[in-house]
Amino acid sequence: MRELDVKEITRNVKEMCIEANYFLSEDMKQALAAAVCCEKSPLGKQILEQLRDNLKIAGEDMIPICQDTGMAVIFVEVGQDVHFRGGILEKAIQEGVQQGYLEGYLRKSVVEDPVDRKNTNDNTPAVIHYEIKEGSNVTITVAPKGFGSENMSRIFMLKPSDGLEGIKEAILTAVKDAGPNACPPMVIGVGIGGTFEKCALMAKKALTRPVNKRSEIPYICELEKEMLQRINGSGIGPGGLGGTVTALAVNIDTYPTHIAGLPVAVNICCHVNRHVTRTI
Amino acid sequence: MVKYLHVPLSEEDAQSLRAGDYVYLSGILYTARDAAHKRMCEALEQGKELPFPVKNNVIYYMGPSPARDGRVIGSAGPTTASRMDKYAPGLLDLGLKGMIGKGKRNCAVREAIVRNGAVYFAAVGGAGALLSKAILSSEVIAYDDLGTEAVRRLEVNDFPVIVVIDSTGEDLYQTASSQYREEMQ
Repeated sequence: MRELDVKEITRNVKEMCIEANYFLSEDMKQALAAAVCCEKSPLGKQILEQLRDNLKIAGEDMIPICQDTGMAVIFVEVGQDVHFRGGILEKAIQEGVQQGYLEGYLRKSVVEDPVDRKNTNDNTPAVIHYEIKEGSNVTITVAPKGFGSENMSRIFMLKPSDGLEGIKEAILTAVKDAGPNACPPMVIGVGIGGTFEKCALMAKKALTRPVNKRSEIPYICELEKEMLQRINGSGIGPGGLGGTVTALAVNIDTYPTHIAGLPVAVNICCHVNRHVTRTI
Repeated sequence: MVKYLHVPLSEEDAQSLRAGDYVYLSGILYTARDAAHKRMCEALEQGKELPFPVKNNVIYYMGPSPARDGRVIGSAGPTTASRMDKYAPGLLDLGLKGMIGKGKRNCAVREAIVRNGAVYFAAVGGAGALLSKAILSSEVIAYDDLGTEAVRRLEVNDFPVIVVIDSTGEDLYQTASSQYREEMQ
């Protein structure tokens, strides 16, 4: 049994909240750089160049990439041979978020109650998803999620007879409805199968997969490519102001489902698709 | 067309703009987003003064990240404008000349823009670090308790925006995407 002090968890979560909001992952930077080259609209190209410059300024001058530094979504994979000491894991994670958002000059965007809407002033609580794995490692992914794109995300409870065509239509509908609101170029996370909540969680987690990595399931890999091509044919373009680059990637995950159902969740993310993973 | 304009906007300047124009704004902008709009609307219902004169002014839908010591502001990009659609027509009828945000507006807002010779600009969403460089000063002037959602008076220099809805009612989001949609077919 490995002993792990929860202070380590707090420290890492704090650092990851800050890192995620100032620096994009290499795959996202490369995808944006490639987009500048292939965009056909002059205005679209200009917007993509601004986004590239924005990333540079963010890292050099330590200004968050986007003012919406998100609600912190955290995936925690805990090896079952780990024993935490020194406090409660959940509390340690929330403290890491609190410290990261306060010390990192990140915006406090979380309200305590969805109706009363009083700001918690430290961006807690985070939304945390736990998974128990084998071994003695703890792998944490911090993915701050902005709500311009979150608000445009959708769940479709399709019928089995809707099939692959129904899935395609659902994805395209969500993206077209999102349009300029979701700060294109977007990254599209899709979950197919499972239950109502399982498909939503898959869609969220799919956004943390590198944008240059395709699904290992052959027909899903093809679906990802076809959807990306058709989304980019929508004409929405960078900033929604017209162009040929509307999305940078479509990442799809699947799970077994019930004989009566075909749930499809489409989680839309803007070009500031932030996620940092560390194994402790 | 590239234009350099002073804000507050004159009637002539606002009406001269056309969807697709790339505009650099210099002067004063006021920030307000969801919670501030709700309070301003309540103030109007109670016959109270608004925290700033809306006539000929421009509201920037934005809630910044905190400024580091010695800096003017943190990251400062636009938020989704449609959440303010409920409040915008009333403010436009009081003389508001422009709004800066990102994303679609509804028919009521478009009609109010036409009726009042106003304009809706988009700033590039997700470029908050870059846009912060055009902000010279920032001062909270109302609703301090709202934190990032407080009303701020910003002094800007060559703040880059694109005209999305002009005073004739043309909407760039509709026309621009159809242009490239056709090209792909």
